[in-house]
Amino acid sequence: MVDFGFGLLASSRINLDLFDKEKFDSLAAAEPDVRKCIACGSCTAVCTAGKFTPTSLRAAIEELQNGRDEVAMNMLKGCQLCGKCTMVCPRGINTRHLILSIAKIYSKKK
Amino acid sequence: MPANIFPILAAQASPEVIDRIPSSYSHFVIPFVAGITFFLVWIFVGFIRVLIQLNHDDRMKFWTSLLNPITAGKNIRDLFCDCLFHTKIWQRKPLLGYMHSAIAFGWFMLIVLGHVEVALFVPKHLSYGEGGLFYPIFYRYFVWIRPGHESLRGAFFFFLMDFFLLYVLTGIGLAMFKRFRSIVLGMRHTTKPSLADRVALYSLWMIFPLRLLAESFTADLSGGSFLTLGMNHLLHFLFGDKLYFQPFWWAYSICLGTFFAAMPFSRYMHILTEVLWILFRNAGLKPSHPRKGVAEAEIYACSSCGLCLDACPMNVQKKNLKYSSVYFIRFLRRHNERKIAEIADKCLMCDKCHALCPVSVDAPALRRAQRQTTNDHLPYDYSYLATVPVKLYEPATPRHPEPATPRHPELDSGSNSSKVLYFAGCMSHLTPRIIKAVEEIFKKAGIEYVFADREGGICCGRPLLLAGKTEAAAKTMDANKSMIKASGCKTLVLSCPICYKVFKEEYNLVGIRVVHYTQYFKELIDAGKLNVGKSQEKIVYHDPCELGRGCNVYEEPRTVLRQVGDLVKAGHEYDESICCGGSLGSLTLSQNDRRKITDAAIKDLTVASPDTIVTACPLCLKTFSERSTVPVKDFAEVLTTHCA
Ligand code: SF4
Ligand code: SF4
Ligand code: SF4
Ligand code: SF4
Repeated sequence: MVDFGFGLLASSRINLDLFDKEKFDSLAAAEPDVRKCIACGSCTAVCTAGKFTPTSLRAAIEELQNGRDEVAMNMLKGCQLCGKCTMVCPRGINTRHLILSIAKIYSKKK
Repeated sequence: MPANIFPILAAQASPEVIDRIPSSYSHFVIPFVAGITFFLVWIFVGFIRVLIQLNHDDRMKFWTSLLNPITAGKNIRDLFCDCLFHTKIWQRKPLLGYMHSAIAFGWFMLIVLGHVEVALFVPKHLSYGEGGLFYPIFYRYFVWIRPGHESLRGAFFFFLMDFFLLYVLTGIGLAMFKRFRSIVLGMRHTTKPSLADRVALYSLWMIFPLRLLAESFTADLSGGSFLTLGMNHLLHFLFGDKLYFQPFWWAYSICLGTFFAAMPFSRYMHILTEVLWILFRNAGLKPSHPRKGVAEAEIYACSSCGLCLDACPMNVQKKNLKYSSVYFIRFLRRHNERKIAEIADKCLMCDKCHALCPVSVDAPALRRAQRQTTNDHLPYDYSYLATVPVKLYEPATPRHPEPATPRHPELDSGSNSSKVLYFAGCMSHLTPRIIKAVEEIFKKAGIEYVFADREGGICCGRPLLLAGKTEAAAKTMDANKSMIKASGCKTLVLSCPICYKVFKEEYNLVGIRVVHYTQYFKELIDAGKLNVGKSQEKIVYHDPCELGRGCNVYEEPRTVLRQVGDLVKAGHEYDESICCGGSLGSLTLSQNDRRKITDAAIKDLTVASPDTIVTACPLCLKTFSERSTVPVKDFAEVLTTHCA
């Protein structure tokens, strides 16, 4: 293909039909804080793992709500539970427990 | 048991005594024999089961530890101090210590002396075929004194037996009192007993008063001293000469039997399990499973004494009492999986319950083992660790173009003698004032050092360990290890106690000295490389959990702080210090609950109205700073303001 110096981005269209309400509800039951996130991105800015591999709690929470569970999981698989995000989150979210709960609930195959 | 396992035992009774019932049997011993037999079979089976559950290495470690003279000495000391004298309780709560040691040591002595009496006066009855199982217990029933043949040694034993009986009775009296008025013994909270606990407890309470009665009834015939003889005279005075002693021996035997039968299902199982746990503990065994093997010995060694209730920082709120170690252990015993998981995740891992536990039950380690069962297998992908440059201090992709050469050629060339590596860790990077102060002190003392994670590093692995992700932690630690090895450093300085603990205990960095900055700066002052001046500032020092209880570093920071200001006392210090509430250990404790703990800790720290609260942990610093009205400073910060 001719390289025009620009390309088309992969579709970022959100398909809410893919949103798994059941899983998200059980996540919110395990860690209600998930509903408190304001997507400020502080967690991502300080993330220890994020310096070396794409890691973002903010994006993960968003992706879960957008029904892109796989992408969300990938956003957190490098997390080291270091707790920096807990320290900076302006909403006082228990981020480490949230990350563990996401791994617990979304790694289960239906 | 064969009748003659002691073939050397003399068949003759000593002339001072009448072997009243040569058949050495009376029906009343049946309840006791039934109870104790059940109990002995139970503990034998339990012991074998625990041994089978140990993995091969642990089992070998256990057997070899028994042969090692140093561990053997430690075992003997601990068995006496912990099981019989309860010295650890004495140190904290003298009256409670007296109660425990009176019952344990007093009873032990009664059993030992009972056997010695049998051995001296009617030796053949030591043999199990001649009633050896129960004879020493009911000695006064079976053996009476031969009138006119009283001897000094007989009287000596009567006195000792009475003395120890009285000793136990005072302990029992206190125990009864404690049930109703625990605060007197220095405990705010006591545990709620279960059904088996109650059965065992009430029979335990009854055993010794009944023994006193039974022995007193015949003290004029079977011998006695100040206590039993005195009681005997009183009984004769009250009821005349028609005393029926048989019912009391029955009652005494029934209570003993009930106690031993209920023991395996009650908290009193600790009396024996404690022995096994001490042996395991001294052999260096750690639980790898929350319920099996080492853990089994550990959870049955818990006496439910409840000292961990008052110790636990979560209990500033009554509603959180249920998360204490004593209940965690109780649920482990009962296999209540839901409760076990909930409590395991709640704890701050501050280690205070472990430090204050009279039998050193390491409940936080059990919680970690429990977390491992739920979290270790969760998916993760650390393949990126392979791409993390080993020389982090030479940024692979510099954000600012200027440093073309490595920042610290001295380390790489190996020519410099200092070879100090400073690792700040994740948390210190969020509290850069610590880093700034540390670097300033290095500079003032003229220390050449390399800042390992100036551009950010990876985590030390301790938070993963605390969360039960053991395998992921191992990978993280490997990556850090190669980074540290590659630096060629000889000393590794840490400003975060969380990092310090894990680098020191888990990394096994051969040839590298791992020190916390409080220790390192104290050395610099001692060596005259750093000059500090004293001020009038009233300082209180907070022991971070991971540094104090975690690594036993209490004195170094205090020594330095005494040199720069007026060090005042907190309400609770050293191993009793209260967690700041910010601990990474807890997975589920709410912000609100944490804040209550923080406030309680600050209140406790400021009892002597200090000008400054000083701590030596970035997490404590941040947590306290958010809530305290008294300024909170880091150890290094205080030092920089006071050094020339
Ligand atoms: S805990 Fe995980 S997500 Fe949060 S800052 Fe640390 S590595 Fe990043
Ligand atoms: S810092 Fe907290 S509120 Fe902000 S995006 Fe992260 S989780 Fe959400
Ligand atoms: S864990 Fe230790 S302190 Fe707590 S109840 Fe058991 S024996 Fe007592
Ligand atoms: S480790 Fe600390 S928070 Fe956890 S149960 Fe023990 S005393 Fe309580």
